Amino acid sequence: MFDLIIIGAGPAGLSAAVSACEAGMEKVLLIERDKELGGILNQCIHNGFGLHLFKEELTGPEFAGRFIEQLKNSRVEVMSDTMVLDINENHDVHVINGNGYQCLHAKSVLLAMGCRERTRGAIATPGSRGAGVYTAGAAQRYLNMDGYCVGKRVVILGSGDIGLIMARRMTLEGAKVLACVEINSYSAGLQRNIKQCLEDFDIPLYLSHTITSIEGNDRIERVRVSAVDSKFNPIEGTEMVFECDTVLLSVGLIPENEISKKAGIVIDPKTRGPLVYENMETSIPGIFCAGNVVQVHDLADNVALEAKKAALAAYDYVTNSPTYVREIEVKNIPNVTYTVPQHIRLPLRNKLVEISFRVNRTFSKCRIEVIDDKDNVIAKFSRDYITPGELQKINILSDVISKVEERISVRVVEVNDD
Amino acid sequence: MTELICIGCPRGCHLMVDEENDYKVSGNHCKIGEDYGKNELINPTRVLTTTVKIKGGLHSQLPCKSDGAIPKSKLLEACRSLKEVCVSSPVKKGDIIVKNILDTGIDIISCKDM
Amino acid sequence: MYDVIIIGAGVIGAATAYCLSRYNLKVAILEAQNDVACGTTKANAALIHAGYDAKPGSLMAKYNREGSLMMEELCKKLDVPYKRNGSLVLAFDDENLETLKVLLDRGHQNGIEGLKILNKEETKKMEPYVSDECLGSLYAPTAAIVSPWELCLALAETAVRNGVELFLNNRVESISKENDIFTVITDKDTYHSKYIVNAAGVNTDTIHEMIGEKEFTISANKGQYYLFDKAQGYLTTKTLFPCPSTKGKGCAVTPTVGGNLVIGPDSSPCTKDDLDTTAEGLMFVKKASSRMVPKLDFRENIRNFAGLRAKCDRDDFIVEESKSVRNFFNLAGIASPGLSSSIAIGNAVLEWLKSKEKLIEKENFIDSRKRIKFMSLSDEEKNELIKKNPAYGRIICRCELITEGEILETFNTPIPPVSIDGVKRRVKAGMGRCQGGFCGEKVAMILKDKLGLEYDEILQDKKGSNILFNEAKGGQY
Repeated sequence: MFDLIIIGAGPAGLSAAVSACEAGMEKVLLIERDKELGGILNQCIHNGFGLHLFKEELTGPEFAGRFIEQLKNSRVEVMSDTMVLDINENHDVHVINGNGYQCLHAKSVLLAMGCRERTRGAIATPGSRGAGVYTAGAAQRYLNMDGYCVGKRVVILGSGDIGLIMARRMTLEGAKVLACVEINSYSAGLQRNIKQCLEDFDIPLYLSHTITSIEGNDRIERVRVSAVDSKFNPIEGTEMVFECDTVLLSVGLIPENEISKKAGIVIDPKTRGPLVYENMETSIPGIFCAGNVVQVHDLADNVALEAKKAALAAYDYVTNSPTYVREIEVKNIPNVTYTVPQHIRLPLRNKLVEISFRVNRTFSKCRIEVIDDKDNVIAKFSRDYITPGELQKINILSDVISKVEERISVRVVEVNDD
Repeated sequence: MTELICIGCPRGCHLMVDEENDYKVSGNHCKIGEDYGKNELINPTRVLTTTVKIKGGLHSQLPCKSDGAIPKSKLLEACRSLKEVCVSSPVKKGDIIVKNILDTGIDIISCKDM
Repeated sequence: MYDVIIIGAGVIGAATAYCLSRYNLKVAILEAQNDVACGTTKANAALIHAGYDAKPGSLMAKYNREGSLMMEELCKKLDVPYKRNGSLVLAFDDENLETLKVLLDRGHQNGIEGLKILNKEETKKMEPYVSDECLGSLYAPTAAIVSPWELCLALAETAVRNGVELFLNNRVESISKENDIFTVITDKDTYHSKYIVNAAGVNTDTIHEMIGEKEFTISANKGQYYLFDKAQGYLTTKTLFPCPSTKGKGCAVTPTVGGNLVIGPDSSPCTKDDLDTTAEGLMFVKKASSRMVPKLDFRENIRNFAGLRAKCDRDDFIVEESKSVRNFFNLAGIASPGLSSSIAIGNAVLEWLKSKEKLIEKENFIDSRKRIKFMSLSDEEKNELIKKNPAYGRIICRCELITEGEILETFNTPIPPVSIDGVKRRVKAGMGRCQGGFCGEKVAMILKDKLGLEYDEILQDKKGSNILFNEAKGGQY
């Protein structure tokens, strides 16, 4: 019997394992489907990791390495090359690996399976079905793990960070990246990546544009790109043609919750991750979750921090069996697309409650407000600039939340300079 | 005045750099931004992250990086010069793969044990 | 020298080969592509139609009924996923309700059993997610779904096991005949035979006219589809059709044997090599299907594809000996319900040959096929298999839960895969919601290793669909 079984050893799982161990959990098992620990960090060879957590700029493998070092000298058990097939409300974890099929049991479980990339199907881009259309992450794996380029002349659809990173990466490896095409009027990626991955290499970014058709036979040969109106319909007369052999898709990520769903964990249709309480516990007691399995983060550092929170909550659950007397709902109202957590239970066990959320449009000078049932503002936070591409985080005093009756809502309001 | 977005951290501060006033930087939230803003206009540099071939490792590529920023204009050339480099497992994180790449005084080092 | 050359390794050619392989015949299949099931067979709605739709007295009606009746047992024998899920034709107005009666009557004439007209409540009770605007339906309990490429593969594999020779990458370029012997020249080799069976799909007219007179014309008609994630599978257990129009059976919403939903097709004339999806076509399918099942969530789409129907100017199947070339048998215009009819058409070819030659049944004919589907095994069986071969303990495709062992096993079959999609068609790796985003690279590296390929020879699917272009840092700069 384990105290905690962690499913997935990417940034969330690694961080959770280290934190659980540090907190004092005795028997912690970390399960990873790949042969090595690190998850997606292994193919994220670029830097930009660790600034929050380690106060220095690390590459993905280095960031993973920091945790893996700590685990080496810890009592955490690691099971790699192992796939979790099923979990259930009794915390049974069914796994399979080269040694066979078995059922493990734990006092608590932490889901850290991460996410997957949206595919061409999700955006239904019409045209040729020939080879040459890859998700950016798949191309990244071929290049960074196997050493092969998927193409020579590339158009990137979507401006998510992986797409931007791959624009630079493929350019450095000798490919010609012709354009990055984004259907929204803003980039989904970080500002710094626009600068250092596109502008540094004179790769044009076409906002409010999309690929209207992919052409070619067995391998694609060109794409047609048009500007779009506010309803994302192509505008006639704006078409550009790019002769290319490759399209990389960076059109969003989806939390990977197949085993969560099978276990009966309630999923929030907005985040597509488990509905969670303030301590990252799911609708099934004793099953926690963290990282991109809950909501898609921008930064691995934040994933690791969320995982630490979840691991500490799992420790609290196993050692103290906390009980709660009531629950309040966290609602998102216009301009806020979702919140994590979606529910808060009282009494709160920490001084602060962190709420993360995304907005649906760009704001310059603005104020994030948290209001109670009676529309009273109970907390407010000023921001200079926020975009849908960046996950927002606010911390509210538990004392303030404890006074709320049924629900709090998060909203963003514009502030006039004068 | 030149407007820049700081690439020092994910925050992405919007910087203003005043070339006529000793490259004074405003809009930054930390020292990184100040250094970046000035440097970017005088001698822009970047850290190169890439891979080299490895024999006998779990994968056929070893992630590596420049152990410091190199001139931006040399990124492509530096990357290309690593084409024929091939190391053999085991390699430790931090091991020097190429010393003094393109005479920049900066080494290419391994990012991983493999 | 062969007794019979079959041109085309789609489901029709494969079914014919399977039927002939039972007898003492030397048979060859010539296929232009690098795998079986590469044309219409792999891109359709995967339906075994009940058979009420075809015009009474037509070959379509005859072979649909016969084929549909044989399909369940065939699939069981050859380990092909098949499910008799039933179908509903939905009516949305009074005219539609009249059409249901016409279809019912036609079904009776075609000898289709179990047909029943349901009222609105009965329909909704059967399929609760059907639109509230549906006024009634025609229920056909014998309609079924199948995995078309697995059916084709199973038929072809079994034929090969029984001595049929399959020549892939052989595009037929010319056919001649001298002293009752055909000479078939492909882009690779030359073959001779006494009989030719033309099962070349949309190209049957071109193939026939290499030696014969113009007897029919085949035009291509494109149908476009959506494939939805299994998460949407709950929306219907039955195959749902709108009332048929002159254009065809209309845009269906149907479960697949794998638990996904397939939605489509539309219908538009096109050239014979046009498999592009179009914004208009997809929009049509979206609208037409949403009318039947309003809850369809198009965010759950994981793939679009297009397939070609071989439309014949005779408006029926052509299953007959050429009028201008003796011993040359045409299987042409096999559009829907071609998949449903496939095995019956194969048998028709056999009957024709029986009228020409004295055929003797083989004593050692192998009429079964089994492949390991790891996840459907019991825990004990799983453990036993992993003990024998640890590759069964490694999941390569996380969406469909396909093990490395299953993938490696495909290289020991009579028709091993040569591409990533070839692996997908055999074991489903890459068929799930991430569409090979995770496992594609792993499968590519397995292919590279097992087939001894260079990286730039790895194919996604057909010849020319190479996935990798150069080594890192090998670009132009």
